Amino acid sequence: MTRCTLLLLPALLCLASCQRETQVEKANREKIFIVGNANDPKALDPHLVTGVIEHNIIRALLEGLVAEDPESDTGYPPGAATSWEHNADFTEWTFHLRPDGKWSDGAPLTSADFDFAYHRLLHPDLAGPYAEMLYFIKNAEAFNKGEITDWSQVGVATPDDYTLKITMREPVPFLLGMTRHYTWFPVPRHVILRFGKMTDRFTKWSEAGNYVGNGPFVLKEWRFNDKVETVKNPLYWNAAHVKLNGVRFVPVENFYTETRGFLAGQLHTTYQLPPPLVEKIRAEHPEFLRQEPYLATDFIRTNITRPVLDNPKVRMAMSLAIDRKQLCDNILQGNTPCGTITPDLGDYHPDQIVSFDPERAKALLAEAGYPGGKGVPRFKILMSSTGSRATIEALQAMWKDTLGILVDPQPKDWGSYVTAQQKLDYDIALAAWTGDYLDPSTFLLMWTKGNGNNNTGWSNEEFERLLSEAAHQSDEKQRLEFFKKAERILIEEQPILPISYRGRNYLLRPEVKGWHKLLLDNHPWAEISLEP
Amino acid sequence: MFKILLSRLLQSILVLYLLFTITFFLTRAMPGNLLASERAMPEHIRAKVEAYYGLNKPLTTQYAMQLGNFVQGDPGYSYRLEGRPVIEVIQQALPVSFQLGITAMIVALSIGIPAGCIAAARKNSLIDTGSMMLAMLGICLPAFVIGPILAEYFGRKLGALPAYGWEAGTPNTWILPAITLGLAYAAYLSRLTRAGMLETLSQDFVRTARAKGVPGSQILIRHCLRGGLIPAVAYIGPAFAGIVSGSLVVETVFQVPGLGRQFIKAIETLDVPMILCVTMIYGTLVILANFVTDLAGAWLNPRLRKSA
Repeated sequence: MTRCTLLLLPALLCLASCQRETQVEKANREKIFIVGNANDPKALDPHLVTGVIEHNIIRALLEGLVAEDPESDTGYPPGAATSWEHNADFTEWTFHLRPDGKWSDGAPLTSADFDFAYHRLLHPDLAGPYAEMLYFIKNAEAFNKGEITDWSQVGVATPDDYTLKITMREPVPFLLGMTRHYTWFPVPRHVILRFGKMTDRFTKWSEAGNYVGNGPFVLKEWRFNDKVETVKNPLYWNAAHVKLNGVRFVPVENFYTETRGFLAGQLHTTYQLPPPLVEKIRAEHPEFLRQEPYLATDFIRTNITRPVLDNPKVRMAMSLAIDRKQLCDNILQGNTPCGTITPDLGDYHPDQIVSFDPERAKALLAEAGYPGGKGVPRFKILMSSTGSRATIEALQAMWKDTLGILVDPQPKDWGSYVTAQQKLDYDIALAAWTGDYLDPSTFLLMWTKGNGNNNTGWSNEEFERLLSEAAHQSDEKQRLEFFKKAERILIEEQPILPISYRGRNYLLRPEVKGWHKLLLDNHPWAEISLEP
Repeated sequence: MFKILLSRLLQSILVLYLLFTITFFLTRAMPGNLLASERAMPEHIRAKVEAYYGLNKPLTTQYAMQLGNFVQGDPGYSYRLEGRPVIEVIQQALPVSFQLGITAMIVALSIGIPAGCIAAARKNSLIDTGSMMLAMLGICLPAFVIGPILAEYFGRKLGALPAYGWEAGTPNTWILPAITLGLAYAAYLSRLTRAGMLETLSQDFVRTARAKGVPGSQILIRHCLRGGLIPAVAYIGPAFAGIVSGSLVVETVFQVPGLGRQFIKAIETLDVPMILCVTMIYGTLVILANFVTDLAGAWLNPRLRKSA
């Protein structure tokens, strides 16, 4: 074997030395942006998906009423619409579409495409998993649940081909930001109907070759587990401004593999840098490292229907015993400690209510009747099998040392992990939530009674009253004040123990221009250029 | 001969049927949720989606439906990749896995068999102990250790080969995954070849040949190789099926869009039609490989032919 190996290796290396140019160098030449995108999209039909991975691709292919601002989360440059206005209390919005707007097959983009898109996503027969994003529209929820069947009763109107009027069920001052989510994008009515009925779930319209969009890029190829390739759309209204010839999305689910590939010149940017590699990269390649805040919060969910955990004092004691700074410094690199669930969003600055306070934690536990943790059962802490073991170990130590409470990890595969929470079949669970738009409601509405994402068994009438007050408030300052009060109730009762605001660690090559720090991380592909 | 073939065919169909049935019920007995996602799906929508996939029907009806689909050659739609036919996914992944499997097999054969022969010819020499030690190392080191080391060194440090990825038309993307996958098999093969060769070399006809003055290399290649390879050939068949289906780790480490990764992802997401389809492909491959091995064994070893 030795001899053969010795003979074989040089031969292989000779063959290998043919690779003179890295993939990134080639892509720079061809102006193709190569993006690490973690996984295959579940689908590219915006009405069948719920994830971030899909969002990254779909927003290259389709564009909403308002475009993304490359430098600011709260900038609203025109997209499919050139201008818009709303009434005084933000319940009626009118969008004026651009008359030269076109689909990538040359068909004109009209208000009917938006009407069709909202009709399709809300249609009960399609069963779009993320229809609730449109529930802000008047009567949308009733239509989606089949309580009304007449589409004209839903608050979407098209007075002419280039005007779209949306009537909301309540004041929605943050609508512009929401329209940048794919659930609010138009879909090509003429193409969908060519391949089937409006409510058909499985048709070929969203496959490469058939996919017609209004975004800066068009779908060229999707090879499963390999890549999604897009090329520049010459019919995009702002095509002259688009500097890239294409964006390639590579689904590298192993982030160590992804990092290795990036360093070997195979990607322009990665999806995620594994926390254990952060220090190494900082030392060896600081020019690539990006650490930026991201609209997501890590927290611990508690099942308050379980004995002992039903006592808010116990939950608060457990929360006060978590040394969040230590966790963020040593394990969750890039995250920042937090004492509540909603991050700072524009004018919304929630109070940081809990922080590390071991003395108060001990006192509260004793007050609850469990001095030194006596009488507290051994809890299981549910985690997804890909979750952070180190975090769990740190929490175990903190609770044991400060409170004498013992917990055991309970890792489950993703599906079982989600199901266990939905069925309230757990004690405590390591969890996270990513906001969909820049408004506190995206972090707070889920804690209402019966909400499918609550999964704690907790509810509070005053909390819900305050949320409803906020929903009907058109004065922005007042509205945020109601949210702040509601959030205080949630955190003081601690059905969830906040841990940290997520930061995103990733790698980016220096030749990528037009890429700025954004909380929602939706960097507009149309604004990016490659300048090696 | 025809009778033997027919009986094997019937046996194979029975095996595949049992495999299908067991896989179906085991998959459905797995914990978890077919429609699990980060965002909870509202009840009225969940019910509709379940109806789309026929998940609201009794388990036995679902089983019959799936079996019917398979018999007709169409496993239906993937749950994980919504709206995409399973066949379409397989059509993309299977050729990649075959390409990787064949390249890895070539690596395994071209290292394993010569190494085994040389070791046997120079029994108890430095070459023998050295190469057998290397073989043991190859067997013990799993692909998830060798793979990243090769990728780190050749991909990143030297920049000579891509650290991951797979292009059907670009052979330099095949090298690292194929070596990683092939090495463990090469190690086994070299040990099997050595053992087979040693046994053959100790037989009388070899002594006669030596006495007649036939040169050592000729004895090795012309007289011993055919007999000495019998254990290796018995291993190659199942190994090939294993190499195509067992490349899960290598496919993940090197980001190869083959069947193995589809299989893992299907299991993670309880994508029943995909799990069933890939399992059936693996089952068929193993059956075919065993059959071919038996034929090859009979060709190499006349004694087997007579007993059959």
